[in-house]
Amino acid sequence: MSAENRFLKNIVLTKRCEKINPESIESYVNAGGYEALKKAVTMEPQQVVDEVKASALRGRGGAGFPTGIKMEAVLKTEVFPKYLVCNADEGEPGNFKDKFLMENDPHQLLEGMIICAYAMGMEKGYIYIRGEYIEPIRILKKAIKHARGKGFLGKGILKKDFSFDIEVRSGAGSYICGEEFALVESLEGKAGRPRNKPPYPTISGIYNKPTQINNVETFSNIPFIILEGAESFKGIGTKSSSGTRLISLSGNVLKRGVYEVEFGITLKQIVYDIGGGVPGGRKIKMVQLGGASGPLIPETMLDLELDYDRLSENNLTIGSGAVIVIDERYDVIEILRLIMKFFKHESCGKCTPCREGIRQILRILYKFGSNSATQNDLKLLRTLSNVMSETAFCGLGQAAPTALFTTMEYFAHEYTSRIKKPGVILKAV
Amino acid sequence: MKLQNVIEKHGRLPENLIHILLEYQAQKDNNSINEDEISHVARELGLSENRVYSVITFYSLFSKEPRGKYVIQVCNDVPCHVNGSFSIIEELEDVLKIKMGDTTRDGIFTLEKTSCLGCCDKSPAIRVGESIHGDLTPEKISEIISFYRREYDECRE
Repeated sequence: MSAENRFLKNIVLTKRCEKINPESIESYVNAGGYEALKKAVTMEPQQVVDEVKASALRGRGGAGFPTGIKMEAVLKTEVFPKYLVCNADEGEPGNFKDKFLMENDPHQLLEGMIICAYAMGMEKGYIYIRGEYIEPIRILKKAIKHARGKGFLGKGILKKDFSFDIEVRSGAGSYICGEEFALVESLEGKAGRPRNKPPYPTISGIYNKPTQINNVETFSNIPFIILEGAESFKGIGTKSSSGTRLISLSGNVLKRGVYEVEFGITLKQIVYDIGGGVPGGRKIKMVQLGGASGPLIPETMLDLELDYDRLSENNLTIGSGAVIVIDERYDVIEILRLIMKFFKHESCGKCTPCREGIRQILRILYKFGSNSATQNDLKLLRTLSNVMSETAFCGLGQAAPTALFTTMEYFAHEYTSRIKKPGVILKAV
Repeated sequence: MKLQNVIEKHGRLPENLIHILLEYQAQKDNNSINEDEISHVARELGLSENRVYSVITFYSLFSKEPRGKYVIQVCNDVPCHVNGSFSIIEELEDVLKIKMGDTTRDGIFTLEKTSCLGCCDKSPAIRVGESIHGDLTPEKISEIISFYRREYDECRE
């Protein structure tokens, strides 16, 4: 993996990656690590929250919720204890940037978490990480031990009246546990099925106590914001999207890997200038943004800028930052079937729209794949997708049909050309 | 380590259930948790058997059915698929002479599909036990399988 910064004037997250020894706390400290924490504990908790709010940092896990507003909600809740959770359950196909951060700069994540814990008066934090991430789990456990040894974790941190500790907890193979309430259930040792919202975890999370849950990349931005100030952070990126983004670039692209980019870069620059384009001179058929729950778009849309507002004007999101390039050898229906098979496996089965909707969508997609679909199947596909996105219990079911919506819009021909016409026999794919 | 020792190491709290099961299963030759073990864990943690059973059947890293010493998990999500994971699956089925989901007759390997392993920059990728093998081509499969067969034989000697 490589963090290529050639296209970046301002580096926030990966400046130490591949330069320091991630398994040595001294290495991190010598590179300016834990200075932000030292500064934070001289500030009032409200000041820390205000700084994050002013930075306009938005959650990097996918939903893009303003981090400062989440912190404010937890700060204002007068119920104790409060818990801090880092969501490291990176399971969305095409995403591996959190793993990169945890393996290359684990203390940056810990420092971000400790600053948040200080601001919100928390004594206990968890890093919930997927069970498959054996190496990141090992590195994080070691980093936590070192941080305790240096007095950055434990009782009386930096000789202040502030105690906080972090425990690494792992899942056991389940994508839905990235959903915040499913994650909370899993942390409590149960099957990971989402709970009803509201109340949100900020009010009632782990053991029904206020819980702040943020993504690895979100926490990793906090030390920069505290140390350099919200204004410096806002100076990076665009007016509506401050800071940088980690992009997990994969699929049919020459230079796959994790790259830190500044908001405002175009998708085309990511795929061609950074990624080196498609191997073998083949053409791009489609690009999926964010992972399995993200939109599938044609190459003609790659001129779009990476920016929350620009993308949302086009009904798109970058989600957790995956860019999956798919070349002309692959078929839209074939890719959709893979995506829906993923969701069929990962649906928790709690709600009917998701559990049954995905099965029915797959059944219809098989008909399109074998050229035996009818006009009515297309209508049904649209209805099912709408019902799922409107009525599914949690984000998994609501977002599962995203690729269907976008392909029905941008690759309409792929569907209509496969609708059975009387007397015509079409070749199956 | 005996099941009881694993429970005591983690502590008799319901929140430790997943960690107990993960650690215990990983050291078993057949990579699974049977009904007696479910009852034992339930009793020790003060949970219903149903609750333990629900966790084992919910998470894909657990199995109630006996599996091989090495569980080979193949990712076939989009980033792996477009880099040829389908040919890796064919080759694995050929070399091991089993179908996806099955265990070899000698009980050494089980072949499973898995959701994304989070190493799409090395796709197509598989996970064998706790190790990831990436940038695979069908030609590399025999070598990987031989490596684990040798490791298995050496452990037996």
